[in-house]
Parts: sequence; structure tokens; C-alpha cells
Amino acid sequence: MELRKLKPLGYLALLVTALLVLAACAPQPAAPAEEAAPAEEAAPAEEAAPAQEAAPAEEAAPSGRGAGDTLTILYWQAASIANPYLSGGTKDIDAAAIVLEPLASFDENGEMVPRLVEEIPTIENGGVSEDLTTITWKLKEGILWSDGTPLTADDVVFTYEYCTNEETGCGSLTQFNSIASVEAVDAQTVKITFDTPKPYPYEAFVGATAPILQKAQFENCVGAAAQTCTEQNLKPIGTGPYKVVDFKVNDVVVYEPNENYREPDKPYFSQVVFKGGGDAAAAARAVLETGEADYAWNLQVEPQILASMEAAGLGKVVTAFATNVERLMINKTNPDPALGEDRSVGVYVTDPDYCPEGFEDYCNVNNHPFLTDAKVVKALSMAIDRNVIAEQLYGAAGKAVCNVLPAPPRYASPNNDDCLVQDIDGANALLDEIGAVDSDGDGIREYNGVPMKILYQTSTNSVRQKTQALIKQWWAEIGVDTELRNIDAAVFFGGDPNSPDTYGKFYADVEMYTNGATGVDPQIYMSNWLCSEVSGPWNNWLGNNVPRWCNPEYDALFDELSATADLDKRAELTISMNDMLVQDGVMVPLVHRGSVSAYANSLKGVRMNAWDSEMWNIADWYREE
Amino acid sequence: MGTYFVRRLLTAIPTLLAISFVIFAILDLAPGDPTGTLPPQIKMEVREQIRKALGLDEPFHVRYLLWLKQFFINEPLNIVEQVFNVKIGDSTNRLRVTSWSSRGKPVVDLIVERTPQTLWVVGFAYLLSVLIAIPLGVVGAVRQNSIFDQISTVMAVIGYSVPTFFTGLLAIVIFSVHLKWFPSVYNTTLKVTDWASFVAQIKQMIMPVAVLAFFQTAALSRYTRSAVLDNLKQDYVRTAYAKGFREHYVVIRHVLRNSLIPVVTLVALGIPQIFAGAIITEQIFRVNGLGSLLIIAIQSFDIPVVQTTTFIFAVLIVAFNLIADIVYGILDPRITYS
Repeated sequence: MELRKLKPLGYLALLVTALLVLAACAPQPAAPAEEAAPAEEAAPAEEAAPAQEAAPAEEAAPSGRGAGDTLTILYWQAASIANPYLSGGTKDIDAAAIVLEPLASFDENGEMVPRLVEEIPTIENGGVSEDLTTITWKLKEGILWSDGTPLTADDVVFTYEYCTNEETGCGSLTQFNSIASVEAVDAQTVKITFDTPKPYPYEAFVGATAPILQKAQFENCVGAAAQTCTEQNLKPIGTGPYKVVDFKVNDVVVYEPNENYREPDKPYFSQVVFKGGGDAAAAARAVLETGEADYAWNLQVEPQILASMEAAGLGKVVTAFATNVERLMINKTNPDPALGEDRSVGVYVTDPDYCPEGFEDYCNVNNHPFLTDAKVVKALSMAIDRNVIAEQLYGAAGKAVCNVLPAPPRYASPNNDDCLVQDIDGANALLDEIGAVDSDGDGIREYNGVPMKILYQTSTNSVRQKTQALIKQWWAEIGVDTELRNIDAAVFFGGDPNSPDTYGKFYADVEMYTNGATGVDPQIYMSNWLCSEVSGPWNNWLGNNVPRWCNPEYDALFDELSATADLDKRAELTISMNDMLVQDGVMVPLVHRGSVSAYANSLKGVRMNAWDSEMWNIADWYREE
Repeated sequence: MGTYFVRRLLTAIPTLLAISFVIFAILDLAPGDPTGTLPPQIKMEVREQIRKALGLDEPFHVRYLLWLKQFFINEPLNIVEQVFNVKIGDSTNRLRVTSWSSRGKPVVDLIVERTPQTLWVVGFAYLLSVLIAIPLGVVGAVRQNSIFDQISTVMAVIGYSVPTFFTGLLAIVIFSVHLKWFPSVYNTTLKVTDWASFVAQIKQMIMPVAVLAFFQTAALSRYTRSAVLDNLKQDYVRTAYAKGFREHYVVIRHVLRNSLIPVVTLVALGIPQIFAGAIITEQIFRVNGLGSLLIIAIQSFDIPVVQTTTFIFAVLIVAFNLIADIVYGILDPRITYS
């Protein structure tokens, strides 16, 4: 039989090859930044450009509003909403921060800078009343919303009502605590009155989590209606440098300059693309290796990989630290499964004669067999080599830490730094000293007859699992047996009272996760460990005091802190409270975690900030080759 | 055939209802809730309020019936309104199935937004793989054990066993990082209006399409090859050659048509897979289509999106099963439905 070549296949192969060659030989793909022709909306502003405002040297270059090309920002967790009050995380807060502004922001050093106001109110300039019950903010003249209407005090009052309405489900509610009223004294002046003297009155409307919403736009979106206001939630009208023109949920947000922005020759870029999806490594690659993006956020990538990408020379990696600390929570109550419904139910009170009101049935009824002993927890802490964890697993994004509150520097306690050095021998000696020896030769110590076996749980995350493995090994060296467990993050961090695996239920001896303060003042954060905050069935396990520890001295210090205005005294009290938490063995701090981002060398004006949104000063960003 | 078709349609309805109940029940029983992914600073009592605001404290049957009503009555009404530009009843207040994480964006809108990317990349990859796999399989069978067949077998095995996340990353490293030919970030806002944007679209599509097609061609070409081989052994083929027809004619006019019957069925069954998207490839290339919508919704515990999307996939699978059966019945005259 004659076998002849089939022609159609050959043609097909030729066609495919031709297509590939054609596409590849077309002009080199320019970085997306150059695909959009710069929109020359800048014509009127160009004339005003030579007037250089008194700006620091690095910001001197911008040459007019919209003069630049497209800024591509990669947030590998894509934004799903542009309303920070209803947000699902930092990505949404940052997407909104490009458009919405608060009265004041925190800069990269944790200092407050005014945004919509002339100056920060203080007692000295009369903005804060002497008795600490009121604070008055004066808005800058002439600020317009992006639709041309003026910003007034009514918008500020409305924002307060929006967030404090119970049915809205507002995530920034704690920033509006203890406010008795917010009133518009006149069109430019807002007066906030607190129901008790508030030494630190700068929670409300400060920071990217509490910006001002336009009353006219959100008027019908208060309460339960907030869930259905899609147009408003995705395209909020703001006073910021850009406005949203397109929002594909969980995909990309496109912004263009706000024509009514108060600074005449800003912002620089004619378009901002806020793209999501993929993972952290791909985002880092897009900035540092392929040059397709200008900024990438939250690069949780192995340090070696990040370093090798940075070596390509197209961009740089920056880290900033706020207050996030990865720590071990110690359960002061007994999570033994044999207790059934009473697992981890109870309160451990350090003073046997004291029982806070309402907890009469729970004080010291179900204490942990050995973790209530501060020396045991100290031994567990001494066995851990935090530097290994920080360097190997976190790289530039983590530092070993011994305090529950590590920053700002004035609040960082110097009294616990001995934990930075691992001391296995010392830990063994300490446990021997208190009598917790291994009497039956199985390698596990007994404390009052109870074998020291620990169930250690955390969320599913490869860095956390590696940390667990290391710690298990170190604890084995001091005679403590550890069982490891990990739970999906959505379950572990959820608040479902029917799930046995939430961090609030704490059905384990030790659990690990990250927590930190919002903003610069630690008062709200330190309130997490008051006696009244103990988590249990009485509050559907929604209490923030997960270790279930109650110390009346800590509560007394907190009450004093709430009434102290002097910053130095506040620092002193906070440090004492921090020391109490560490030395009483309530928590074992491990790593001070920072944020890691990368940006292209051609992008100028970036001031990486962990105290506020990373997009806080996007109005000042520009490009210079 | 007609009664068969009607009968299948009628049995599809209780099937779909049962599927919807199972999906809803499983997701409802799953532990975890949407506040789990919020930043750690947000206190517990605030999370509780958020959960209430999302309607999570209603009992199961209330939520199920509400969802059924939203999905089967409200959404089709909305679609009809949009397509025909009419207004039926009180459309602005009609409750629509909305996503939790974007607080109010209707799920159907989300799906519609994402379908273009998925069709462009995954749909095109599927089309390409069908166009390549069938000739490959046919030639491989006709020239059995030749060099061509051996090479294509090896390539098929490689394509089938090497996971797409590996080939995808390899493609990115070679073509984006080193050669800088193609972008690694897919731009969903790109509108094809002129030659330059068309070229840009092709450039950003090539890598994900190639990665996906490589994988899908492998399976399909093997199947086609074995179907053709089966038919080449038949008596009618030998008769055709004995009558003096050229190989060209015998293969394309006779063998191919008969071998394609099972292959077409397979292709039809694979079409719902397009809509599930190629989840891994979409993640790697940031194509942000339907597959990544599902994954993100699962990870952020956005139940309405997961329920609706999964149910839509179920509907598509049931529909294409039916289509595959009908096509099979049409193509193969030996099969009759009653």
C-alpha cells in the first residue's frame, strides 16, 4: 500500500508556527505602563507647574497632573470592595485609601500628619479641651469631593453615624468607642464629645480604616442597606488624588486622577491599575524581574528567593514594622477533651481572693494543670531560639521579639530581652528546680503527677507549620511532649460558636497566631487582656482575652492608663502592663512581623508605611527613569 | 428522539434540585465563616455584628428557600429584563443573590464579568487542543509505530503527566523573565479595538493557552488515536482500500467520521470544564476568570458565590451530558432512543 504524507497536518503545523513567530517578532512588549497613551488632561495645570511647593527634595520632580503614564500596583490578594468600613482586609483598605481620606494619617514613623485638616488638635492649640472630653477638628478650606461638591462637617458627622449603626456591620467600630456625640459646629468644624475623659482622642477619623464618606452618596446606605449599595461600595466618591473608574471585583480596579484634587499639580499618573490575583512570588517577579508592575504588596516569599529576585536590579524590596507580633497564647484553663462541654471554660485569677463580678461560677474552677505556673511558661520560652525562626522563616520581614507590644519605641519594654538568647540548659534547670521531673523515665516531665503534654495548634500556613516543627523539637529537649495541629484559616479565625476549632474556643494548650494594635496608641490593644474580656460561653467565645487570664493588678493599671494623658506616664504604664503579660506567662512573643513590599527603581516618592495604608501618600508618587 | 429529549429534560429538574440542596447543605455545614479572613485587629464583638449583617443567623431552611427563590425566580427575571429591555414587577427591590466579600455585588454580575477572560483563554485553549489533537491522533494511528507516532506518544505522556503549574512557571521563566517576549500578568481591561491591541491580546494569551492546550491535547490525542485504531481494523476499511480508494479518502471520508463519534461525545462532556476554568493556570497567569472566582470565594468563605457558581457548573454539566447523548444519537445511526 502506498503511504503518502498527509498534507493538512503539515499546513496546520505551519500555521501554528507562523502565528507564534508573528506574535513573538512583533514589537517588544512594552511594560503595561507605556501601553496607555498619557492622557494630556494636564494642560491648565502645566502652567502652574513651575510653582514648586515647599516639598522635600525627593518630591520636587512631578510635572503636572496626569502627566505620567500608568502606575501598575499588584496586590496578589485582589480587592473586593472599596469601602474600608465593610472591608475584608488590608487589600480593600488600601484600594480605598487611593480615593478616600481621613482627617489625619500616620506617617512611616508613626507620627500623625494632617490630611483634611489644617493642624492636629492638641491641648496647647485649644483643639482638645482641658478636661479631655472634647476634640475639635477644623477642616481645610476649599476641599472638594471628586464630583465637585464641597467637603463639609456634615460628611464627617454622617460617617460617624454610618459606622456606629449596629446593622451596618462596620469593621472600624472600635475607633468610635466612647463617643457621646459628633456635631457639626459650622461647615468647617467638627466637635467630638466623649462620654468619659479620653487621654488619647485620636482614634476616630484617623488612619485609612476610618476615612470620610460623602453623605450625599452614602445617605441611603446606612444600616442593613449597607450590604446592598454596590455602586457606592465599589466606586466611592472621595477627596483623594484619584477616583475609581472601573472595578472588577476580585480582579482589577482602575483609577484616574481626581480633577478636583486640592493640590494643583498632583497626582502624577494618568492612570492607576490595582491588579490582583496570583500569589506573592509571582507579584514579586513581576516587579523585580520582568518589570511589568511598579509596586507589589505583602511579599510573603522565602527570603532567599526574594533576595535572588532583587539581584536582577529592576527594583528594591522594602520592609516596615508596626506592632504585629506572632505569639503563642497560653491556655490558663484546662482543655482536656474528657471535660466535654467544659473544655477551656473558666477563668484563671492570679489572686485567689478576687473574683470579678458575674464570673462567680468560673473563677479558678478549671485551671490548667501546669501552664498556670509562670515558671513553666518561662522555661518553654527559654527553649525557643527566636532568631532562627525570624531569620530562616521570615527573613527581612521578621525580627525576634520578647514583648507583646514592640512598637513604637517609647512603648517597647527593655525588661524582657533575655528571651532573645536560647537557653535549653537554663530551661531544664528551671523545670528541675520547681520539681517537674521525669519520674517514670519516658522522657516526659511530670508536673504534680501530670505528664507535660501539650497540644499546639495554629492556622494552615507553611511558615507556621515550620515554626511549629522547630518549637516541638526544642520542647522535646526540655522534656515536654508536643502534638501539632493546624486548622484552615477561615475556620480558625472565624467566630462561629458551633465550631470547635476557632481560636476563641481554644481547645488546645497552646495556640499561635499574629495580633497587633491598630494605629499608634496601644490602649485599645492592651484592653484585650482585661478580666472582663475573658472568652467563654457567656459571650459566645467572642471575648478577646483568649488565654482566660485575670489579674486585678493588670485591670488597675489599665484603669489608670485610661485616665492618663501625659505621654511619658502612658508609656510607663503600658510597659508595666506588657511586662506583666510576658512575665505572668500569658503569652510568649516570638516574631515581630513587618510588611514587605517591592517597587520599581523608576518609581519615586514611595514611603513604605506600616502604621497606615501603604497607599497613604500615593498622591506624591511619580516616575523618573 | 423527541420523547427521549423531553423525558431527559423532565428528569433533569429533580436532579438539579437535589444537587442544589446537597450543595447548599454541605456548604452550610462547613465550619468557618467569612469573618475568619478579616485582619486580626478587628475585635470579636465587631465580627459578630458583621456576621449578623450578612444574615448568618437565620435558620437553614429559611436561607435555603430564600436562595432558591433568588436563584430560580429573581435571577431569570433579571436576565429577561436585561435582554429584552422590559420591566417586570418591582425590579429595583428584588432580592438578588449577592456576594458577601464585595457586600452587595450580585453574583450573576460577577460571573458575567469574568466569563470573557475564561472564554478567551480557556475556551480558546480547548478549541486549539481539539484542532490539534484530532489530526495528531489520526496521523498517529494511521502511521502506527512510526517515528511520528512515537514522538507524539512521548509528548502526550509528558503533556499529561507534567502538571500545569510546572509548565506554566517554566513558560514564564523562559518567555517572560529571560526572553521578555510575553507579559506574565494578564490585563483584563485590555479592549481589542485595533491591530496593536489585538496583538497585545494574542501576546498575553499565548502562554496560558499553550500551557492549557498542551495538557488537554495530550489526553484527547491519545483517545482519538485509539478510536481510529479500532476503526482501521474493521472490514469496511479493507473493502474500501480493495476498491482502490486512496488512503486520504478512506481515512477522512470513512474512518474519521466513525472514530469521531466517541471523541465528539468526550469533547462535549469536556465543555463544562471550560467554565470551571483552569484554576491553576488562571492563578499562575492572573487571568482572573471563573476558576479563580470560585477559589477566592472558597478561601474567603463567600458562600453565596460558591453556591451559585457551583450550581451553575452543575447545570452546565447536566445540560452538556444531555447534549452529548443527543449528538451521539444523531451521529450514530445505529442508536435509537425511544
